[in-house]
Amino acid sequence: MTPLLKMVNVTKRFGGLTAVNNFSTELQAGELCALIGPNGSGKTTIFNLITGIYVPSEGHIYLGGDDISGKRPDVITGMGIARTFQNIRLFKGLNVLENVIVGKHLRLQSNVASAVMRLPGYDREEKEMRQTGMELLESLGLARFAYDEPTSLPYGQQRKLEIARALATNPRLLLLDEPAAGMSPSDAEELMTFIQHVLKTFELTIFLIEHQMRVVMGICPRIIVIDHGEWIAEGNPEQIQNNDRVIEAYLGASDHA
Amino acid sequence: MRLSRNTILTLIALLVIAGLLALAQAFMNPYLLRILNLCAVYSIFAVTFNLIFGYTGQFSLGHAGFAAVGAYVAALLTLSPSQKISNFFLKPIVPLLANVELPFLPALIIGGIVASLVGSLIAWPALRLRGDYLAIATLGFSEIIRILLVNMQPITNGALGLKGIPAYTNLLWSWGALAVCLFVTKRLVDSSYGRAMRAVRDDEVAAEALGVNLFKHKMMAFAVSAFFVGVAGGLMANLISTIDPKVFIFTLTYQIVGITVMGGMGSLTGSVIAASLYTIFLELLRPIESQFTIGSLTVPGIPGMRMVIFSILLLVVILFYRKGLMGTREFSWDWVVNLIRRLKSGKKTGSSGEVKS
Repeated sequence: MTPLLKMVNVTKRFGGLTAVNNFSTELQAGELCALIGPNGSGKTTIFNLITGIYVPSEGHIYLGGDDISGKRPDVITGMGIARTFQNIRLFKGLNVLENVIVGKHLRLQSNVASAVMRLPGYDREEKEMRQTGMELLESLGLARFAYDEPTSLPYGQQRKLEIARALATNPRLLLLDEPAAGMSPSDAEELMTFIQHVLKTFELTIFLIEHQMRVVMGICPRIIVIDHGEWIAEGNPEQIQNNDRVIEAYLGASDHA
Repeated sequence: MRLSRNTILTLIALLVIAGLLALAQAFMNPYLLRILNLCAVYSIFAVTFNLIFGYTGQFSLGHAGFAAVGAYVAALLTLSPSQKISNFFLKPIVPLLANVELPFLPALIIGGIVASLVGSLIAWPALRLRGDYLAIATLGFSEIIRILLVNMQPITNGALGLKGIPAYTNLLWSWGALAVCLFVTKRLVDSSYGRAMRAVRDDEVAAEALGVNLFKHKMMAFAVSAFFVGVAGGLMANLISTIDPKVFIFTLTYQIVGITVMGGMGSLTGSVIAASLYTIFLELLRPIESQFTIGSLTVPGIPGMRMVIFSILLLVVILFYRKGLMGTREFSWDWVVNLIRRLKSGKKTGSSGEVKS
């Protein structure tokens, strides 16, 4: 079976700085996998490479067999990868429902002229977008906020809305960049349950970044650890917890003899 | 087909406005007519700037250039062959244009299309830039257009400008064009494409991650905007009947930016109100620039005094109405109906809430 996501020897350099060095991995469809590592270890850079914000200096990235390295971010989203951001990036001028529907715009068939003329074809699509957007909000428990401004939502709900918005693009692979950042341990736990719920209901593959190891231990069967842009370990939570290189990366080497 | 209450009200309002404009056209003196026409032209300028900046978030300062293109194209297409000969006495006009004379409507539309093409051509490289850099680049392009107009003598008659352009523009043309412009812009920004444009304005990175093609949507805003700016330029040329490159220096763009900010970024109603107020105020303030006496004090006329007062007004608006007169709100029948209901029931509270931000 071809893996859903395959990264082969991906390297990203910014001038003299190598942010990601010779990184390879594979994700199978339906998997929930975590990418962890200390601050500045290159986790977000890897996400930016997958979603096309950065172009790899070397190596290739494949989505279900198609080479996506070097493609534009919106094209990659169209092929089935959606993401959320570490710092919440909701559209402040759009209400909650509109925020979600923007994610459906790329599947719109009608051209701009028929949208301005409000031809029946466009009207039907617009109605359908609103309906499916609303259903999505309902299934994630956000429907009561549909016509509110996104900034008026509580922090945790804004995080969920970002996930809802990403889901609106009908992704095969969902990338979550520190979804629990800035949350209390109990909120983070609730969010992790939410993510498991999303994984099951939407039949997705989820790749998530977290730098608090404790948060992901409970729900992710597989964890990849990087440090200084390099792969250092991979395995189930137990293996990771007892891995010497991981402990060294997080706590520093015990002895430099 | 059943029409909703709001559609009926809109149709009635349009008919009433059209009737009033027809009456004005018949009975008002040319001076007042010109002011009313200019209100519509400046409204189109402000509405189109709002589409690029207020809705799509691209700070473009190319409006004067696009207007110049539309104005020159419409002027050259409507000038009669004999007028062209008397205009181009230094250097003869290119033979291709010498004998062209078109009716007003096709001339306006061609002017709009050419302006739109020029706008897209400029936007193509310029849209790689963001924020202030885009503003500087488009401002530069706009100036390049003006310099080309000065130097392409066989086509534009250079610095001498074009005179004797037929005065086709009347209230129905100008306000009709404004109505079409408002209709298209409103429909566009309320559609899925407009939603994507507003997403681009709020956060480009997130919009792109959600599959919005940034370049395509910015380009769309530029092309539509430049088209209507070109049409407004054509209306202006056929209103003032004499144009030269100096009409389209960058201060025109600044005026448009000022008007749009005053009206509110993201409010089409605000753009129209502010453009009309601006045009009317500028005329009302005209006496300030000539000599006048208060009691025994004689104040000498200072040319440009109007702009000083306009700048102060702009400052006041920015200080007290941070989001412009209308913010992002639009005129709506629901609001009017609610207001009437409230007035009827005797409670006048909140009726002044509209212009507060």
